[in-house]
Amino acid sequence: MNFVRITLGDIAHSRSGDKGANSNIGVIAYHSEGYQLLEKYLTEEKVQEFFNPLSLKSVKRYLLPNLGAVNFVLEGALGLGGTCSLRYDAQGKALGQAILQLSLLVPCDQLPNCLRLK
Amino acid sequence: MKKSVVIGNAQAFWGDRTDAAAHMLAKNPAIDFITFDYLAEVSMSILAIQREKNPALGYAQDFIEVVKSVIPFWIKGSQVKLIANAGGLNPKACAEACNEVLRQFGCVKKIGIVTGDDVLDRLKADVKSPDFNHLESRQSLESIHSRIVTANAYLGAEPIIEALRKGAEIVITGRVADPSLTVAAAAYYYSWDLQDYAKIGGATIAGHVIECGTQSTGGIFTHWLELPNEAPIGFPLVEIEEDGSFTVTKCQGTGGRVSIEVVKEQLLYEIGDPANYLSPDATVSFLNLKLSDSGENRVFVCQGTGSSPPETLKVSATYRAGYKAEGFLGFVGCKAKLKAEKAAQVILNALKEKNMEPSDFYYECLGTGAIVPLIKEKDDFIEVILRVAASDPKKDVIEAFTKEIAPLVTGGPPGTSGYTSGRPQVRPMFGYWPCLIDRKLITPRVDILEVES
Repeated sequence: MNFVRITLGDIAHSRSGDKGANSNIGVIAYHSEGYQLLEKYLTEEKVQEFFNPLSLKSVKRYLLPNLGAVNFVLEGALGLGGTCSLRYDAQGKALGQAILQLSLLVPCDQLPNCLRLK
Repeated sequence: MKKSVVIGNAQAFWGDRTDAAAHMLAKNPAIDFITFDYLAEVSMSILAIQREKNPALGYAQDFIEVVKSVIPFWIKGSQVKLIANAGGLNPKACAEACNEVLRQFGCVKKIGIVTGDDVLDRLKADVKSPDFNHLESRQSLESIHSRIVTANAYLGAEPIIEALRKGAEIVITGRVADPSLTVAAAAYYYSWDLQDYAKIGGATIAGHVIECGTQSTGGIFTHWLELPNEAPIGFPLVEIEEDGSFTVTKCQGTGGRVSIEVVKEQLLYEIGDPANYLSPDATVSFLNLKLSDSGENRVFVCQGTGSSPPETLKVSATYRAGYKAEGFLGFVGCKAKLKAEKAAQVILNALKEKNMEPSDFYYECLGTGAIVPLIKEKDDFIEVILRVAASDPKKDVIEAFTKEIAPLVTGGPPGTSGYTSGRPQVRPMFGYWPCLIDRKLITPRVDILEVES
């Protein structure tokens, strides 16, 4: 099997939100074939590694197969929450677009069916 | 068969546009309800400061302007009802201010006031109780008890429904779960049994979709650049059916787009476990949802499921956590990032020398990938915005911090620019304390205020 390196934004779109000190990032595959790649390759470990500089306490993943989406809850992403964070992106609104830069190795032959415009 | 109820949202947060309700009604006079969400996690602390200075305040004053903008539509015969959490810490004063405006225009509308969410005294009386431990850190409330400013439980749809049943055409609440504003409208319209969780669950999801206003009509959409550009983005509408399924849409002739991709993004916003989305009205599962296109800018959503809500209500408390400030300076030229980093050190060292080092100091080189810190090797930026921020329990420390930024304009790196907005403002800082409270300890209250004609 041959693999190709892509960025997550090639096969999915996303949105992030905040809840106290945690952030959630929803990653939505454009097509069901893309969802299968998310399920297999976009793991909690990968996301924790990607956001390593944020020193997350934990990353938990939930699956929504009916929507072709995965939801990540990033514990500790936003410090103390409230208005105590000194970060520019105190609400984690930028995390959703940042994760689309994540690099993934996926099987070549599956990729064409995962792109937004086939 | 009764026509489906049409519910719009015209306010996602305090700071959103104030003309969305009037705009929506001008395009669609047959809207049944409009919801407004003014309260983010720490909004209550801002209102507390206002109320401290003036006991007649403590509510979102922008809402009065909104009510005024709807009056012409009521006079023309619109039956629209407004449901808003604009009451904040003082729903009664908010209602009286609305009453005053209605009276000036001879517009007769009953106003429902929902209270009972304020649990500050209860928390203060029992700070050692493990029930009030921080939801995540499990720390005891005792650790901050002398600094608590507000504490409010998230009420559900029930008291809003009661207000509507008593004839209220404007319902003003304090803290309420955002989707409950929509659930109340639909449950009242269809006379749903509040234990019919499939329907309540469906309406909760509808409320979740529209509570953030334009976030469900193309705002912050990953492909925002694709959106047609002809007008400001239209605010969302949901047409909820008797069985709890619903169509997300927006008024014709407005900017933005309602598509399956857009709605999916908003569905995923601010959720944890999608099998157990908790609200005061129901525990909802997103795992059976089905979305389908049902026309241009129309997405049909069905198969939301629900079960009984938790025995506890969520409480959000806020506490004084000191003061903070932020400042910006632009740097241009070679090694711009290095210059910016060194400039930040200069600020910190100056404060250390004065014995004014803030307990927290943070800087970011905006433009170099700092907003979301990811490991980057590039370092050859020629334009960088330095952002410096600091916080401390003491106000004078932060005041000293704000005075250390301007001196860099003549004493800092070359190519410094942008110091035209003056010394940064020192702002009070509030911590957020989420905890739970037994539902049985909360008694929501509904009062009705009538305009005297």
